[in-house]
Amino acid sequence: MPTNSKMILRVLVNGIAREDLIPVNMLLVNYLRDVVGVTGTKTGCDGGECGACTILVNGEPLLSCIELAARVAGKQLETIESLAHNGRMSTLQRSFHEQLGTQCGFCTPGMIMASEALLRQQSTPTDQQIKTALEGNLCRCTGYVKIIESVRTAIKLNGDV
Amino acid sequence: MQNKASVELHMVRPNQAAGARIPLVDGVEKVTGKAQYTADLEARGALVGAILRSPYAHAEIINIDVSKARALAGVKAVITGDDCGVAFGILPISELEFPLAKGKLRYRGDAVAAVAAVDEKTAQLALDLIELEVRELPAYFTIKEALADGAIAIHERREGNVERKVDDEFGDVETGFSAADLVMERSYHCAEVTHAHMEPHAALAEYDVERDLMTLQSVTQVPYYVHLMLSQCLDMDSSRIRVIKPFVGGGFGARTETLNLEVIACLLARVAGGVVRLKLSREETFLTHKGRPETDIIMKMGLTQSGKITAVQAQVAQRGGAYGGYGVITILYSGALLHAIYDIANIKFEGQRVLTNTPGCGAMRGHGTVNVRFAFESLLDTMACELGMDPIAVRRANLLSPEFETVNGLKGLSYGLPECLDWVEEASAWQQKRGAMPVGKGVGIGCSHFVSGAGKPVHWTGEPHATIILKLDFDGGITIFTGASDIGQGSSTILTQTVAQVLGVDYSRLRVIANDSAITPKDNGSYSSRVTVYVGNAALDAANNLKQILLQAAAVKLDCRADQVECLGEAYQVQGLPNTLISFADVVAQAIKGGGTINVKGTYFVPREHQGLGKQRGAAVGSTPGFSYGATVAEVSVDQDTGQISVDKIWVAHDCGFAINPMSVEGQVQGGVWMGLAQAISEQTRYTNGLHMDANFIDYRFPSIVESPDIEVKMIEPGDPNGPFGAKEASEGALSSILAAVASAVRDAIGIEMNATPMTADRILAKLIAREKQAKRQQPRKQEAR
Repeated sequence: MPTNSKMILRVLVNGIAREDLIPVNMLLVNYLRDVVGVTGTKTGCDGGECGACTILVNGEPLLSCIELAARVAGKQLETIESLAHNGRMSTLQRSFHEQLGTQCGFCTPGMIMASEALLRQQSTPTDQQIKTALEGNLCRCTGYVKIIESVRTAIKLNGDV
Repeated sequence: MQNKASVELHMVRPNQAAGARIPLVDGVEKVTGKAQYTADLEARGALVGAILRSPYAHAEIINIDVSKARALAGVKAVITGDDCGVAFGILPISELEFPLAKGKLRYRGDAVAAVAAVDEKTAQLALDLIELEVRELPAYFTIKEALADGAIAIHERREGNVERKVDDEFGDVETGFSAADLVMERSYHCAEVTHAHMEPHAALAEYDVERDLMTLQSVTQVPYYVHLMLSQCLDMDSSRIRVIKPFVGGGFGARTETLNLEVIACLLARVAGGVVRLKLSREETFLTHKGRPETDIIMKMGLTQSGKITAVQAQVAQRGGAYGGYGVITILYSGALLHAIYDIANIKFEGQRVLTNTPGCGAMRGHGTVNVRFAFESLLDTMACELGMDPIAVRRANLLSPEFETVNGLKGLSYGLPECLDWVEEASAWQQKRGAMPVGKGVGIGCSHFVSGAGKPVHWTGEPHATIILKLDFDGGITIFTGASDIGQGSSTILTQTVAQVLGVDYSRLRVIANDSAITPKDNGSYSSRVTVYVGNAALDAANNLKQILLQAAAVKLDCRADQVECLGEAYQVQGLPNTLISFADVVAQAIKGGGTINVKGTYFVPREHQGLGKQRGAAVGSTPGFSYGATVAEVSVDQDTGQISVDKIWVAHDCGFAINPMSVEGQVQGGVWMGLAQAISEQTRYTNGLHMDANFIDYRFPSIVESPDIEVKMIEPGDPNGPFGAKEASEGALSSILAAVASAVRDAIGIEMNATPMTADRILAKLIAREKQAKRQQPRKQEAR
């Protein structure tokens, strides 16, 4: 297929059905940032190395910088912008905020989305399971200590509900 | 481009002040995805900028033909070195860099030309159409090659490729060595490392042709210095330039000088007459570099039988890369901060900063001190072992006392290192573990320190070192205007806590607006860990000034003298008379009656005696209002079959003077020590004929969450008379201690001395194999079966 050909992409982004005309070779992260306009999803590397672009596709974590938008047609996409409800932060977001799981904040959306995917599958993961789930998400500020504490806090708060 | 994005607007939580563990004032934006970093800023119709980079390490430019690129449909601007003849650089004595190369290319990755086009594809096509004709020159990738006889100068103004030589002796090292019971000398080598902040470099420039105004938003830590260099390189009056810092995704020193992309974006915007967005790839971000140089160190030390240091001599050579950058300061720091951690009367330092055909180095967290501290602490560990002394005891034998003045003229009023040592010894169960763990496991220690702000700014103008403006208006809200750059370290939070503490007001009254040169007061920026002390003290001053106004207003309202007014946070009364109570709103209404909106200013000057008392050249480097101190114990396991180190646990005590936000201090210390750990065990940039071999996160390895140990932090808070509420810096001081702590732990685990970073499995295995061979050679000949 010639690289300048276009397609209609139908997807659900953060609960809203969309229909967009996009180049067939458009990366998913660029679709989200440049077409949809949700810029919480970040690009920190040149492809698949840092995890800052992690989103959920049908509930599974995915690196949106090494996926074509065309390949998620018909699926449900969730980005960091979807987690807060009516302006209130989700438990994970609140925990990352209050436990200083974020410093510069650039890795944070990817880190939270990867954690979200884990907690949906496993409500009380062990530290080892948290680490395994976040292994592909690099952070340069925190040394990860408070990131683990943030996820633990969210687990505890979820358990208290 | 929206003005909305130009300010950070933060409502903050109530009822917490200095000393409280509160979340970042801009944390909500970060966890919800609302935080707008440079690449996120909306800019409809923005052109896409792109840079053509040199494939040559060293070459003379014969011709750059851009005619085909210019003719391509959709291309709006093509620029080369001919479009800007003004050099720039962070140090006035070292302005060696042009936004785009002029005359010569100096490293593989140097900027040759730049384009702005309607989209990315067109911009890339345009770059491909630029024809570059050069005459290749011999290139120098090592210190030795660059210094060799007959090597041609990479810069005309730097004969012999030496950026700076330093030769300082304080006391008399020869006398010191002759008084020692043990003198040892060792060579150390540290690979080049880079910041690898998670946000790639980016800039957004808008040129208003009709008004001749330039607005730049970029990833900088130092908007003021960027402003100066834009004015210089664009030849525009500085009043026509506006520099804004949006959210910044880390810096660690990479962005403490003007980067060429910032000037290039503006040049493109001016030629195109519009908005240009320049987003660098991760590879280009690695190539822009400005990191910690490859360093060779020969360290010599004398100790008495009781462990007292009699003399230290350090020879340090740094491979600085293709441009000067902060290099002169880096090499001066390497020498200056041999002092002010232990009581040492005799220190000699010979430093050399060398230019090479590799990406330019600059400032990186722990500026200039990290590699030298690794060598110093490692040699101290080796010599303690030789003397049969405990490595903690040898450090205790050399402590300073508070209110010291070093032989090179550095003054410090507080000194928490003794307490740091006590805590890490206790918390790590050092006495039970050192020398007593199973083979393959060990503990090690290192100590370090850093400045809380450089005593003299880079550009000495006579202005205050920091300025803060507070605005109080009819609504009862207080706005803090600051030029301090929050790059994730939490400076806006610290300033908010400081003002809240002084005024006693509810947090929700305070908001911070930062980093817009059209709105906020000048600030030198976030480097040398200066913000907490410098801008914090200015905030303290401003808040005190505002408080005086409020007390005066309350006195009028209460019909008493100002010194009789009692401030109870958000209420005021005549001292001891609760029936006179009036509200904050009443006091504000009184205060603005007649005069209207209240704007107050606070400033901070570094005390003269903390700007360097020495007479030597570069004596100001190392001077500071207060030194932070750190001690770190690392526990490691070494796999003797593979040589792989895993760091199991780190204990770190950090003397931060006073923790204005203990949670934030913990986070900074953990992050700093982790970054040092990454340098110790895995990070390095390697070049093959000048080609960067590690310009991505797969090859440039730092620990993932799985490989990162728990880091337990203890804050030591002796209080420093120069700090706001006694505070000192919290981000850089402990970093350098971990490198030697890991080496010390490896020695404890497997009896091998590591003199180079990173301590990779290959390096450790090579030492293990060498030891094995050595042991075999020493065995009786008959066992060598043949």
